Amino acid sequence: MIRLEKRAQPSQFWTFATPFLAVIMTMIVGGIMFAALGSDPFEAIRTIFWDPLFSEQFAAYSRPQLLVKAGPLILIAIGLSLGFKAGIWNIGAEGQYIIGAICGAGMGLAFYPSESFVIFPLMILAGALGGWAWAMIPAVLKVRFGTNEILVSLMLVYVAENLLASVSSGLLKNPDGMGFPGSRNLQQYPAAANLEIFQSTGMHWGVLSAFIAVIFAYALLSRHMFGFQIRLAGEAPRAARFAGVRPSRIVFLCLGIAGALAGMAGMFEVAGPAGQITIDFNSGYGFTAIIVAFLGRLHPIGILFAGLLMALTYIGGELASLMLGIPSAAIQLFQGMLLFFLLATDVFINFRIRFSKREVV
Amino acid sequence: MKRRTLLASAAAVALAFSGTAMAEDKTKVGFVFVGPVGDGGWTTEHNNGRLAVEEAFGDKVETVFQEKVPEGADSERVMTQMALSGADLIFTTSFGYMDPTINVAKKFPDVKFEHATGYRQSENVSSYSARFYEGRAVIGHIAGKMTKTNKVGYIASFPIPEVIRGINSAYLHAKRVNPDVEFSVVWVYTWEDAAKEADAAEALINQGADILMQHTDTTAPMLKAEEAGILAFGQASDMIAAGPNAQLTSIIDDWAPYYIERTQAVMDGTWGSQNTWHGIKEGMVAFADMSDKIPTDVRAEALQMIEDLKDGSYHAFTGPINKQDGSAWLAEGETADDGTLAGMSFYVEGITGDIPN
Repeated sequence: MIRLEKRAQPSQFWTFATPFLAVIMTMIVGGIMFAALGSDPFEAIRTIFWDPLFSEQFAAYSRPQLLVKAGPLILIAIGLSLGFKAGIWNIGAEGQYIIGAICGAGMGLAFYPSESFVIFPLMILAGALGGWAWAMIPAVLKVRFGTNEILVSLMLVYVAENLLASVSSGLLKNPDGMGFPGSRNLQQYPAAANLEIFQSTGMHWGVLSAFIAVIFAYALLSRHMFGFQIRLAGEAPRAARFAGVRPSRIVFLCLGIAGALAGMAGMFEVAGPAGQITIDFNSGYGFTAIIVAFLGRLHPIGILFAGLLMALTYIGGELASLMLGIPSAAIQLFQGMLLFFLLATDVFINFRIRFSKREVV
Repeated sequence: MKRRTLLASAAAVALAFSGTAMAEDKTKVGFVFVGPVGDGGWTTEHNNGRLAVEEAFGDKVETVFQEKVPEGADSERVMTQMALSGADLIFTTSFGYMDPTINVAKKFPDVKFEHATGYRQSENVSSYSARFYEGRAVIGHIAGKMTKTNKVGYIASFPIPEVIRGINSAYLHAKRVNPDVEFSVVWVYTWEDAAKEADAAEALINQGADILMQHTDTTAPMLKAEEAGILAFGQASDMIAAGPNAQLTSIIDDWAPYYIERTQAVMDGTWGSQNTWHGIKEGMVAFADMSDKIPTDVRAEALQMIEDLKDGSYHAFTGPINKQDGSAWLAEGETADDGTLAGMSFYVEGITGDIPN
């Protein structure tokens, strides 16, 4: 008889070990799946995890792409992790990302075709403010009326998607676009373009911001009073109240920071890799970042690595699909397994397995 | 399995031609797909074109494809990886791939790119599309004749000229034979999302539509029509398997001849950037078998219209046609020019509702 026994203290060891265990189990089960689909499992796993980094043919291109893909994930996940630590569940980062992109691009396009150097900084500001404002809706509703921020923030994603559709076929539509929806391409507007800081490194301003956010969050959580309050509010809400932590302040700050970072991520994406506002500009970064936050244990350094790992499975998955003809659905399943196994193995953090001969009465 | 047998038969074809030159290096042709190859519509038909290329050239070509590639930044990476893997010719088969295609093409001047349904070309990027609106004219006519509730449901993807053109063409030809006909258009803002397409179909059926048309990629609306016992037109590919009773006919986008021609051009070194817009005449727009449910006289009219569109004696947009706001667009007997059609962003007179923006 196997049973689970609650640990007195969450296990330090398993907290760090489960992400690695989850990756290994994903490789094993994913490998079996690839084999069942008729591909060589070892070649598939190698293509996903090794080739983007070290293959002669692709690495020079895909290594920088890793940063491009991981940048927004990390930036958003850092913001989300603060709220998740405090027990504030912002599921709507995708919406904040979209609004940030719309505001950022709108700011840039408002100046078109001026070449002033203030445009790009203003766009960053607009993106951050847009995301912040969108996140303030669930924050105000929660503090004022006690609504559930999970539902409100999630529903606002769909509102944001419709706003995106509206501006890309109306307000921000490219006047030279022959009636097609979609804004001007910001990549072709140097003053507003989010260019690589160093050529061919993938290191654009959004990636740099993600790294800064990691450091900032690390310092905040380990050195700052507010970081302590966040942790306290999440781990011991009653104690937090006795300690004078104002819950509404935590809600506003956590949702606000998450929204601002997601909005910035959207702005950097639209001005850089994506280039233009289009009807389906958003590609799920806001949702994937939730996985990244948990995969990284809500710890800034963990999130940094989790974001890179997630990006690796995306780029490697694309390569595997291209080179080995693995169906895209199988790749998505493979990525899904990662979260599944992480959640499944997480049980070891708070429980230990006991093998006993007899059933306990 | 199926793919393997196809490859085998392609190899057999190649053997038959083994008398001709055996090129040392294969021409590698890549395809970027927006949906899964099994969507039963748009992407399935592009994939059929890919298989036709394999069949036609045997072991002189190698094809690769990537399915379900999101439009935008991700597609740019997929195309780059395809070019890095040695592709000589890459077909990017959705409108949203346009700017990424231009970007990637700039980095790989020796690789030829073909972008479907867009308007930007460059030295090594061609555009190609089909005159789907010719097909829409035919199904509009059939729908106008056959609807009993006078309500036709239309599931539209994005408000881009291609889609608006289709709605206009279908409506004009339905209205011409049935002055009472009404079109309800639902915009789903996706090319390929079975759940959303099915929801839209359901909503239209609940509003009383007894014939569905779709400008999306999956067979979900056809399945809904079959379930509800109403009629529908397939899109992009023959959808008879999804709607054995519902399907009246399908507009089929036959890309195979074009893909073979362009691959040949790359092999011969004669490939040049161009803008292709082919219709029924060239065979890029074709039809699935007409259902027995279509009355004989309506079928005859439809077939006649196909003939007239084919030989050019009839243009799907022939005046008099007014715009939705009542202003004149085409005078009596005047036909629309390609430039206006390519950028069409207005409804014709009689359609209710607005183009979303």
